[in-house]
Amino acid sequence: MTVAQTVELGLDENQRDAQWRLALRRAASFLLILLLLCGVWEGYKALGQATRGKVPFTSLKLPIRPDDKSMPHLWTIGGSLLQPARRGGEDILLVILLKAALFTWREAVMGFVGGSVIGFLLGAIFGRFLLFERSLMPYIVASQTVPLLAIAPMIVIWGGRLNWPAWWSVSIISAYLTFFPVTINTLRGLRSPNLTAVELMRSYAASEMQILLKLRLPAALPYIFTALKVSATASVIGAIVGELPSGIQDGLGRVLLTFSYYYISGPEKLYASIVGAAALGILFAVIVALAERWIVPEGRRLSE
Amino acid sequence: MSKVFNQGRDNRVSALESINLEIDSGEFVSLLGPSGCGKSTLLRLIGDLTSPSTGAVLVNGKSAAQARRGREYGMVFQQATLYDWRTVSRNVQLPLEIMGHSREQREARTQEMLKLVQLESFGRHYPWQLSGGMQQRVAIARALAFQPSILLMDEPFGALDEMTRERMQMELLRIWEQTKNTVVFVTHSIPEAVFLSSRVVVMSARPGRIAGIINIDVPQPRNFETREHPRFFEKITEVRECLRQGETNTHKGPPS
Repeated sequence: MTVAQTVELGLDENQRDAQWRLALRRAASFLLILLLLCGVWEGYKALGQATRGKVPFTSLKLPIRPDDKSMPHLWTIGGSLLQPARRGGEDILLVILLKAALFTWREAVMGFVGGSVIGFLLGAIFGRFLLFERSLMPYIVASQTVPLLAIAPMIVIWGGRLNWPAWWSVSIISAYLTFFPVTINTLRGLRSPNLTAVELMRSYAASEMQILLKLRLPAALPYIFTALKVSATASVIGAIVGELPSGIQDGLGRVLLTFSYYYISGPEKLYASIVGAAALGILFAVIVALAERWIVPEGRRLSE
Repeated sequence: MSKVFNQGRDNRVSALESINLEIDSGEFVSLLGPSGCGKSTLLRLIGDLTSPSTGAVLVNGKSAAQARRGREYGMVFQQATLYDWRTVSRNVQLPLEIMGHSREQREARTQEMLKLVQLESFGRHYPWQLSGGMQQRVAIARALAFQPSILLMDEPFGALDEMTRERMQMELLRIWEQTKNTVVFVTHSIPEAVFLSSRVVVMSARPGRIAGIINIDVPQPRNFETREHPRFFEKITEVRECLRQGETNTHKGPPS
């Protein structure tokens, strides 16, 4: 299609058309990869069982046993979702997972929002005052090298002393994991406009605030959204890890822990829970990506 | 007036020395010279984007800083520097937003400006949907939107191909005749400077200084035939001579 035609048709129609095609293609490739992965899983099992757990034509052991205990059939994993999780239990596994995911998600969302706001403010302050960046950035970086598992129990204990609801502590742990990418990318984004773009503003005698709101912030948005997508999944991981020391019974963390205890009697339940936890993280990232589509014009998105 | 970068340090560079230049209101003046002659620096000094080491820039009796704060400068750079999250018309509106004009004023003014640069039907496009020449026309519309008295242009057509470039030069002259702005135009193209200007300031490098000022008395208004006018060629030769003399003088000077 020539440029002249594009102009005449008006870009709206063409763009919508192209967007649909793109969405379809994406959905198709997603399904294809999913099918491929399933094929690899079942293929490995079938092959391994045929060779009695050996790499074909050798006496080398396969790293993972192809039996039903180590690698349940995909339909066993899927089927376990529809059965009660415990003998005599009321809820089927799917319902238990959904409830737990919803609970964990609430913690993660609070952590994500809190962490993002803090991360953004830090980035904005660092962007404006070089001195703060120089003096504080090493600590910010250091904060991320401390293992989360070491910090989580401390936050839970402090929260307990202050009589917070336990899930607050989990949200704080989640925020701790969330803020860092937002700070780094906000800083990068606010500094992304080139000198000429800033000089243009100066030639209008624009105030610092106007430069921030009309130039630096809009320029930073694609960078910030890239960080938010990372943070969305990280906040779910933070929430799950945070639930372990806090003794919370209702979230995915506890579910994962329980099913890993009883792995021998029902490995498919652990696998189903892992898939559920991953799905939650992906879902969250997709929601953020949709928000980005809505806010940032198409030609400016960094990660597509 | 002079400009020294990194003053008082080992790596100090004398960018401009003993510059003395007066520009009349409504004049179209080009600053012409090789790379590194300080022509862009001189433009930035006029626009108060950097300040002189000695001397001062006066605009209608005011300092350059006062003129900038009084929003008397419209700037056009080599890169169009459109904000790509804004549509074309919102880009043109940008200075008006910053200066606090009402929405009706902004929209009316933007329409007028887009008409001036003949892009009325592209208001809702995004910058990346336009060609380089169209983007630069939007940048000109944006620079003129708030009716500044002085237009400062830093190699605005430097990134365009020759054909687009010549078209844009005609366009700029047409706009200049309509708006009666004072224009200071930086370029390293001799024909461009001669074709556009009422005066060409020829500069030489290391240190940057004015080698000569040449009146371009090629008949106005300039148009397609101007480029074939004998006077046009004479002036091109004169400017070229002046540039070469500037260079020889530099080579006679002490090694830099």
